[in-house]
Amino acid sequence: MAVSKQLKLQHLLWRAGFGPGSKTWQAWENLPESSWWPKLREASATEPRFFDVVDGALGGLLMGVGELGKMENNKKRLSDDERKEARKQSRQALQSLNLIWLEEMVHTDAQLREKMAMFWHGHFASRNLNILYQQQLLHIFRTHALGNFRDLLRAVSKSAAMLAFLNNQQNKKQHPNENFAREVMELFTLGRGRYTENDIKEAARAFTGWGFKMNGDFVFRRIFHDTGEKTVLGKTGKFDGDDVLDILLGQRQTAHFIVRKLYRFLVNEDQIPRDERVQKLGDRFFESGYEIMPLLEAIFTSDWFFAEENMGRKIKSPVELWVGMRRAMPLQLDDPEGQLTLQRALGQVLLYPPNVAGWPGGRNWIDSTSLMLRLRLPHIIAAQSEFNISPKDDDDQMMGRKGKSRLQKRMAATVNWEPLLTIFSAQPEQSLLPQMARYFWQMPDAQPPVDTLNNHTNSTSKAQHIQSLALQLMATPEYQLC
Amino acid sequence: MLIKRRDFLKTASLATASLWVPRFLQAHSRPGALAHNGRILVMIQLSGGNDGLNTVVPYQNDIYYKERPRLGILKKDALPLTDEAGLHPELQALKSLYDAGDLAVLHNVGYPNPDRSHFRSMDIWHTASPAEEYWSTGWLGRYLDAQCSGGGREVCPATVLEIDDTLSLALKGYQQKGLALQNPGQLYQTARSPYFTDYLAAQNNMQQEDSPVGYLYKTMAETLSSADYLFEKSRLKPSAGTYPDTGMGKHLKTVASLILGGSETSVYYLSLGSFDTHINQAGQQKRLFKELSDALAAFSAELKAQGRWNDVLVATFSEFGRRVAQNASGGTDHGTANQMFFMGGQLKQKGLLNALPTLTDLDEGDLKFNVDFRQVYATLLERWLGTDAEPILGKRFEPLEFV
Repeated sequence: MAVSKQLKLQHLLWRAGFGPGSKTWQAWENLPESSWWPKLREASATEPRFFDVVDGALGGLLMGVGELGKMENNKKRLSDDERKEARKQSRQALQSLNLIWLEEMVHTDAQLREKMAMFWHGHFASRNLNILYQQQLLHIFRTHALGNFRDLLRAVSKSAAMLAFLNNQQNKKQHPNENFAREVMELFTLGRGRYTENDIKEAARAFTGWGFKMNGDFVFRRIFHDTGEKTVLGKTGKFDGDDVLDILLGQRQTAHFIVRKLYRFLVNEDQIPRDERVQKLGDRFFESGYEIMPLLEAIFTSDWFFAEENMGRKIKSPVELWVGMRRAMPLQLDDPEGQLTLQRALGQVLLYPPNVAGWPGGRNWIDSTSLMLRLRLPHIIAAQSEFNISPKDDDDQMMGRKGKSRLQKRMAATVNWEPLLTIFSAQPEQSLLPQMARYFWQMPDAQPPVDTLNNHTNSTSKAQHIQSLALQLMATPEYQLC
Repeated sequence: MLIKRRDFLKTASLATASLWVPRFLQAHSRPGALAHNGRILVMIQLSGGNDGLNTVVPYQNDIYYKERPRLGILKKDALPLTDEAGLHPELQALKSLYDAGDLAVLHNVGYPNPDRSHFRSMDIWHTASPAEEYWSTGWLGRYLDAQCSGGGREVCPATVLEIDDTLSLALKGYQQKGLALQNPGQLYQTARSPYFTDYLAAQNNMQQEDSPVGYLYKTMAETLSSADYLFEKSRLKPSAGTYPDTGMGKHLKTVASLILGGSETSVYYLSLGSFDTHINQAGQQKRLFKELSDALAAFSAELKAQGRWNDVLVATFSEFGRRVAQNASGGTDHGTANQMFFMGGQLKQKGLLNALPTLTDLDEGDLKFNVDFRQVYATLLERWLGTDAEPILGKRFEPLEFV
């Protein structure tokens, strides 16, 4: 089956962003294929705006508290009440940051940057209750999203959020803590099994003394650093942390590890092809000195990216699903915080990855409960029906507070139908359903069940018909895929 | 014409889902086709890190009172088990079960290199991974996988149920995932929207099971037919016991109804929390224990009266215990090893199964574990549910002998 130009464009917009926006669709649709990639790239060329959700008072409190998860370190500086207040405000600010980022994903033209920031957020996954550190880390992802992986790795490795999360503040010459060194190798660069336990021990010694100040600035604490000779991956010297990162980046395996992971994220999460395609991409990434944009260009301008076997096979993550839905069907939400509950119920909360390994993705998103909620979602929003789901509490966030009963929220929203009506009003009645199915579904061979959809849609007017078809087409297994 | 509701349900589910889950429906519509050995495990997760030392109180231990001048529970208040230890005063149902020989306590359960983050430690308990590894499937999910791939048995998501709105990692396998529900009626209403049933009937037959879309259709079909099945079972012989009007009370009543109705569910998973008592621990733990104890009293009484108590094993766990010393806010901070309770009519060993925690030999102020929790899982899987634990846990763990 030949893949249509429309499907190809939608494929690109879903994988390099969060799906076609109904407001901008017609501008895209009229472009020649050769303009797609330049347009995407240019839209992400500007520096990202820094999301600052910390006001002066909270900033002051936080600098007193330091690392929120390990309160005992700073008992003397703040009273119990002050620490409690700092925790509470930090938690609220983290929620604001979550929602601000979500809004950016919905509205920005810099789709490629935010999508890649999302990828790096899952790759360099950390949980940290200190909003100061989290907003710094998020800015690192967004700033370097399309830049150079070497710079990104270095910035993340020196961020307070990651150093705190992986206990490097406790990594001292006398008592090495290997957590940071282990995850840098296993999850951030080489991948499991590409190093020995001894490499980790030695690398941990090189990272001794890497820490951060209360304001999140990196600091090298010379007195804790082990200045002795270390041997890491066959190289010997009086290495420090920067040297070890260089050694890791000097391994071709690092480029291949990142490229394989990115291929799964952007192209096909089920199958890595047996041919040399991914191998070559990895080699080029390595030889370019880890430049990310040329790697993305190689992927998004290739023929194989648009092959039928790569289309409609990726299970959207909860954030992709929700942001994509909002881009197709612009919403005015009565209570934006309901989106936090939704993220938890669907199993993906921005800034709270499950652990340092990130979200496993794919079929892990789907169980009976999450699928039913996904399928009901369009109607929950449009019909303003009760969103009667109470997700599990996260004790790391709750710190013993009661939360459950408060979390049942309505997801009431006003839908702005204008953009979809503009796209489809001119469609003759008989081609409306198949044309809308092509817009909402990414599976090349999907055939909508016409009778069922007609039985369950309201066709009293053209506008009604378009609206109810849009909702029903999104309330399907097919719409879970991109 | 009157159609009996049950007949209608069977017909409706066959019509919609037969192409996808015939084995499931056949298994459950055939009388006497047991999907497992008939034994039932009820796992109760005490979320947030329950303080084990104020749960089973070592009231002969001076260090305990020295480290907890404000929080320590006095001997006269505890419910005595032995000369050495007694239960928290609110755990009266557990005391009665102990007296009846239906309770076992295993101390010092944990794992090497303990993690003191709730989420991470819970992850480890859910996946049964070593502390250094990140697994994306849960031990009960892999139990479900094993049940499915065996060939001889007919299984379905309803084999492993969580009584909650969302599904825990523990119940997610590679191929199969358990099912989460607040109650069967609500699940039935949600799943049985006319659009979903019609849609599935129309669109069902064209998909491949091993593709992503096939996986979605399979999950949808199994959800719809499981919703039918569980709704039907829950109404066959609904629980008549008086349960407290609490979350745990309602949830255990739902479990009792499914057990009494003959649902072939082998694992029920429930949670209670939050036990994260950094401040004002006494009141919070007391309230939660009362909820737990009252609900378990009703549950065990009803199952005993109905002759089903011997089929059930209730097990409790928490992601970690708490620091030996109290903190300055009337609470305790995150710790490590903890005890597990086991309750049921078929315990082979009863009472305190091993020595109380040592309070003199600590690891940075925390208890040292001496029983790996995966040995407990191996015990539950092999000696209770009758399945081979090694493939599920990834390696061999020596089972214990309490069941």
